Amino acid sequence: MDKVWVLAEQQDGAPLGIVLELLTAARGFGNVVEAFTWGPGAASAATTLGLYGATKVYDIGDIGESLPGPKVAAAIAAEVGRGNCPDALLVGATYDGRDIAARLSVRLDRPVLTNIVGVDASSGALTTEHAIFGGSMVLRARFTDGVPGIFVVRAKSFAAEPAQPAESAEAGGQPPAVVAVEVPETGATDAARIVARHEEERSGPKLDEAAVVVSGGRGLGSPDNYALIVELAQLLNGAPGASRAIVDAGWVPYAFQVGQTGKTVKPTVYIACGISGATQHMVGMKGAKNIIAINKDREAPIFTIADLGVVGDVTKVVPKLIEAIKARG
Amino acid sequence: MNVAVCLKQIPDTAVPPALDPQDHTLIREGKLIMDDSDSYGVEMGLQLVEAAGGGEVSLVSMAPNGETSGLRTALAMGAAKAVLASDPVLAGSDALGTAKVLAAAIRRLEPDLVLAATESTDGYTGTTPVQLAELLGWPSVSFAKHIEIADGVLRVQRQTEAGYDEVTCPLPAVVTVTAGVVEPRYPSFKGIMAAKSKPVDEVTVADLELDPSEVGPVGARQQVISVEAAEARKSGEIVVDEGDAHERVISFLEQLKVL
Repeated sequence: MDKVWVLAEQQDGAPLGIVLELLTAARGFGNVVEAFTWGPGAASAATTLGLYGATKVYDIGDIGESLPGPKVAAAIAAEVGRGNCPDALLVGATYDGRDIAARLSVRLDRPVLTNIVGVDASSGALTTEHAIFGGSMVLRARFTDGVPGIFVVRAKSFAAEPAQPAESAEAGGQPPAVVAVEVPETGATDAARIVARHEEERSGPKLDEAAVVVSGGRGLGSPDNYALIVELAQLLNGAPGASRAIVDAGWVPYAFQVGQTGKTVKPTVYIACGISGATQHMVGMKGAKNIIAINKDREAPIFTIADLGVVGDVTKVVPKLIEAIKARG
Repeated sequence: MNVAVCLKQIPDTAVPPALDPQDHTLIREGKLIMDDSDSYGVEMGLQLVEAAGGGEVSLVSMAPNGETSGLRTALAMGAAKAVLASDPVLAGSDALGTAKVLAAAIRRLEPDLVLAATESTDGYTGTTPVQLAELLGWPSVSFAKHIEIADGVLRVQRQTEAGYDEVTCPLPAVVTVTAGVVEPRYPSFKGIMAAKSKPVDEVTVADLELDPSEVGPVGARQQVISVEAAEARKSGEIVVDEGDAHERVISFLEQLKVL
C-alpha cells in the first residue's frame, strides 16, 4: 500500500494515544505515512508524530470554537480533491474522530468501516477485523473498490511503538515537514460553537491507561455503594469504571463507562463488581490480562470469561476486601 | 417546533443475534422492535415540542418488509406520524446508504431538528447521524447529554473525554443523544390504542428519488470476507463466598504482584 494518512487528534501538542497506535500500525503496511492535525499545539505535536513514523504533517490550523467535524473533513476532502489521495485514512474511534469520518464519507462519497480492532495487509488491500456479538465472533471485511478507504479504529487495537528513539529527533534526526492546509467554505454545517468547556475532576490513573481497573454495576444495589468501587480502585492504584447500566441510571458520569459505547480497557487486572456481563460491556474489557468477577448470580455471563469468579454479594465481599488490603498497611 | 427522530427497528435483543450464512449480514427477517437507544431521542423530541408549545414529533425509519412494530412503540409514546423506507433493494445497505435514505425521507418532513441515538444497539457503526447532517448541509452536535432550546438556538452539553462542552447551535440541526439525556416514558394504554391509527407513510427508493446503485450492497462497496469464532477466554476458578472469598481475591492479586 503506497500512502496512508492518520487523523492526528492532539491536545496542547500531545497526540492522543490512539494516534500513536494508528501511526505504528500504518508503518506496518504503508510505504508513506502522513498525518493530519489541527488546533493549537500542532507544531509540537508534529515532532511526536514524526517519532512514530509520520514523514509529513498537514496542519489545518486553529479552528477556534468550532466543533472539528465540518472543518477538518472539508480540509481533508479538499486535499483529496487536489489529487493528493491516500489509499487509506485511519481514524481513531473518538467523539470527534467519528464526526470527521462521517462528514468526510459524505464529502468524498466513500463508505466507512468502523469498530475495527485489527488489520491485515498481507493481500495488498486492507482486510479489517471487527469484534461482534460481544467479542465472541471475529468478522473480517474489506472495501470492494475505490480510494481512499476510511477506517475507524477502536483504541487499544495496536500497541504504540516509536519508529525511532526520542533522542534522534533532538540529535538532528529529520522532523516531519509541516504543511499548512486551508479550510474551504463549510457553510451552515459549521454553525455549532463551543461556548464553555467543563472538565470533571479525576484523580489517579486514567481509566484506559490504568494497570488495575475496578468496575461497578447494578449489583451494587444503590449509587452510594459506588464509593466502595472508588475506594478499592484507589487502594490498588487503579481507576474506577462502570457498566452502562449504572451510567444510564445516572449513578456515575459517562466518562467512567467501560464497553462498546464507552472505553476499551486492557489492564493487568480487571475487577468486575456486580456486573453481569452484557455483551456490550464484555467487548470493552475482555482484553484484560486477568479478570476477577464478583457477582451473586452464578449464571452471570461474566463468569464465563473470569479467571477468578466469586459467587457472592459485592456489598459484603468488597468491604472485606478493602479492610484486608488496608490491614496489610 | 417540529422534530424528526431517527428510529431503528432491530431484532429483539433478548434473542441471540445471527448472521446470514451467505452474505454475513445480520438476519432481520423476524419481528423487529424499537432499538432502546432510540427511546431517548423520542422522549427528548416529545419534551422539546412540549416546551416549545406546539409542533410534533415525526419518526423516520428504514426496515425490511414494511415493519412497523418498533414505530408503533414510539407512536404510542406520543410521536404523531412516521415515514418508513422499505424496499427489497435496501437490504445490505451500509451506514452511508442508510443516511442517504434517511436524508431523503427527512427532506419530505422539513423538521427544525433531527434527533438520533449515538449508535444502534445491533450494528453500532455510529456514523449514520452525522453523515445525515452532512447530506442535509446542516450542523450537528453528537453525544448530547443535555439539550435545551431558547430563541431558536440549541444549547447542548456534549460529552468529551475530559467532561463536557457547552455547545450552541442554530436550527435546523442534527443532534445525537446519549442514553440518560432524559428518562423515556412508558406508553400509556391510551397511547397504545391511539398509535394503531397514526399515519405511517411507507416509501420506496423510487418514491425517494434515489438511485438504487447508491444503496444496498452495490452502494455499500464493502464486503464481509469471513466470520469466525473468536479465540475464547476460558472461565477459571469459581469460589462461592462463605464469608472468606476476599482472601482468595487477595492471594490472586498477590500472585499477579498487584499487591
